[in-house]
Amino acid sequence: MADGPLSGVKLVEYCSFVAGPYCTKLFADLGAEVIKVETPAGDPARKRGAFLGDHPDPELAGLFLYLNTNKLGITLNLDSATGRDIFKKLIADADILVEDRAPGEMAKLGLGWDVLKQINPALIMASITPFGQDGPYRDYKAYYLNTYHASGGGYVLPAASPNAEREPIKGGGFVGECDAGVSASVGIMGALYWRTAGGTGQYLDISKQEAQMALERVNIARYYELGKNPTRYEINRVRDTLLRCRDGGYVMVVLHPEKQWTGLAEALGNPEWIKEEKFCTQKAREANFNDLRIRLREESLKYDTQELFHRVQSQGTACAPVCSAEQVFHSPQAQARGFYVEIDHPLAGKLMYPGLPYQLSKTAPRDNHGAPLLGQHNEEIYCNRLGYTKLDLVKFREAGVI
Amino acid sequence: MLNRNALKGVRVADFSWVWAGPLATLLLSFLGAEIIKIESRKRIDQTRHGSITTGDSFKDFNASPIFNNANLNKKSVTLDLSRPEGADLAKKIIAASNLVVENMRPGVMDKLGLGYPDLVKVKPDIIMLSASGFGSSGPYREYAGYAPIFAAFGGLAHLTGYEDGEPNTMSGVMDLRVGTASAFVLLAALVHHQKTGEGQYIDLSSSECVSALIGSELMQYTMNKTSPFRRGNQDSIMAPHNCYRCQGDDKWISIAVATDEEWRALCGVMGNPAWSQDERFATVYNRWVNRCELDKFISAWTINYTHYQVMTMLQNAGVAAMPSLSAEEILSDPHVKARDLINQVDHPVMGKKVVINPSWKLSETPAKIRQASPLLGEHNQEIFGGLLGMSREEIKKLEDEQIIY
Repeated sequence: MADGPLSGVKLVEYCSFVAGPYCTKLFADLGAEVIKVETPAGDPARKRGAFLGDHPDPELAGLFLYLNTNKLGITLNLDSATGRDIFKKLIADADILVEDRAPGEMAKLGLGWDVLKQINPALIMASITPFGQDGPYRDYKAYYLNTYHASGGGYVLPAASPNAEREPIKGGGFVGECDAGVSASVGIMGALYWRTAGGTGQYLDISKQEAQMALERVNIARYYELGKNPTRYEINRVRDTLLRCRDGGYVMVVLHPEKQWTGLAEALGNPEWIKEEKFCTQKAREANFNDLRIRLREESLKYDTQELFHRVQSQGTACAPVCSAEQVFHSPQAQARGFYVEIDHPLAGKLMYPGLPYQLSKTAPRDNHGAPLLGQHNEEIYCNRLGYTKLDLVKFREAGVI
Repeated sequence: MLNRNALKGVRVADFSWVWAGPLATLLLSFLGAEIIKIESRKRIDQTRHGSITTGDSFKDFNASPIFNNANLNKKSVTLDLSRPEGADLAKKIIAASNLVVENMRPGVMDKLGLGYPDLVKVKPDIIMLSASGFGSSGPYREYAGYAPIFAAFGGLAHLTGYEDGEPNTMSGVMDLRVGTASAFVLLAALVHHQKTGEGQYIDLSSSECVSALIGSELMQYTMNKTSPFRRGNQDSIMAPHNCYRCQGDDKWISIAVATDEEWRALCGVMGNPAWSQDERFATVYNRWVNRCELDKFISAWTINYTHYQVMTMLQNAGVAAMPSLSAEEILSDPHVKARDLINQVDHPVMGKKVVINPSWKLSETPAKIRQASPLLGEHNQEIFGGLLGMSREEIKKLEDEQIIY
């Protein structure tokens, strides 16, 4: 496992797909020991592309490889009584359990919080579900698309739509799922700190809808200020401005606060715009936004993307190119900061992975390793840690326990 | 009696402004940390000043609902940091703190004499986090960044939008994403300090925070040398997987179907119309291939109902369906109400204001909103007098000299 500020913390993950695994990846990448418990069928993220070399092999799925770096992987079937006993042994020694089964499912297996806290009173258990452990939608089914839209995040996208003719959309990739994972990690870390400071274990009920709503808090509260709903065709027009460039790329510029606007006008060689009555205050720019947008778009077409980016930034004004995966990777900034790290994997080999967005001066994590193969660490965990014999392992496999 | 505040005794000297940094310290405050926001009339937090949405200015810097939402539970002191006496007082607060958070452009804190090397002299085990648009190293370290900039540069904007439309930077949520990641790494450093007594410096890049949330999409390039593109609500294999128009003004239901079982349940609720039995929609793969046509059929059905009606009918049959909720609908949604997610604080200037509760339910150390956001300088007496032990006369003198300002 990686070495870092969380070295020594032991976490068991019983999660699949994105939100739970991303939460525990944050811990694993900072040095915690994360044991990922998969069903014998494996995490469904293994079935999601892109696949390395377009080989749809469950060990070569990009989604799984990224979300499970630095974890140990074991297989375990909790539908079997023996499997449940083994799970309890794992928990007896853990600091944190993160699980994402439907509400009530762990309890039905005899592995609910009431049971597990008897086994390990110092345990911090977090359940990550679409709508939380209670309330009228508790048992509702929801995929990423549904929680995203239930959080209010979708209703305002795409921002700057001309009208409401087309459908609201989700955030790109699985961003909302990852948001729920990061949010959960903050609560869990608070619980960990408290426990070491003299507290006990505790239970965390995490709702993905709420985690995403928490990010929409500004828009939600804005309803009261505006007296109407923020929507995808009215909000944020002035602040966010996308400009197309000569080479077909886009840059994003910002018109507020005032310094941003004046810098932009100067960068575009039109300082006289600043004095024009219809653009001289933010309120005026809002009122005359269509005019402004036409002018900005005419000017931006005179430049290539990178040229305009540096030209605007050299005025001390915010601007960035809209980057594809290729452009993110090749940006001189990512390269200079070493944002991508090379990680080896038994089957995928050495690949460049997006790394940590924070650099820690004293406890820089090192010795990263790739995501586990399905059941890769069964022997290490079951035999070396829990004291089962190799013969037990054979029996477990025959009996469908692991 | 057992303390029920997870971060009791943790004090944060908070130099951050706008959204990303303030959200990080807001989350720490929910967990019980004491946040001292160090601000100034001379360099006012823009969210105190005016509304980005409407362009309106808020009266006296103390009537901003936006600021209120980002700065609940916090204390406010005012210091002109550009004056050496102001920076010295800030250092005294830092000497009594565990964490320092700032999101000025890289280099600004150093110029004020408040860089990490300066701070370890007054507090050797301090944990300091600097959050900036591009990080504090690299060729773009001094470049300016706001929320839409991180989304664009980090790669998320390119992936968000209609397939035939422009990229999308989303709204201020990007700052809040950065703030949440900041809170996580601050706590990790705090846990390390708890174990070893060691502080450290954390350099956080907001653009990289966004990139980390779409890491698997970015890996498509490092694995296969291709870049994924935006595609609206579409999934790589699920269909139907979209928002469908319902009765009413701009009302939509999201429906996502993964399995044959869910598909049959959906067809059942729709009354098994003839088209649904078509070969084109018989398997997961066929539905995905013919998803555009499928969307037309489903829209023709959903338009007859309200989004909540479709939700109830489909959820009762085991199909994932949720409305695309507006702010207004969220505030009145029965589940949101039952989960106690909306709260109200009493603000001395604005009166009762709606705010969003913390999004974790902790069984032993409930996260809490304790009070409304502070007025500018509201806690000058408490902090300078109480924490730093300065006399009223001293404080008055510094106020007159506009150092406490």
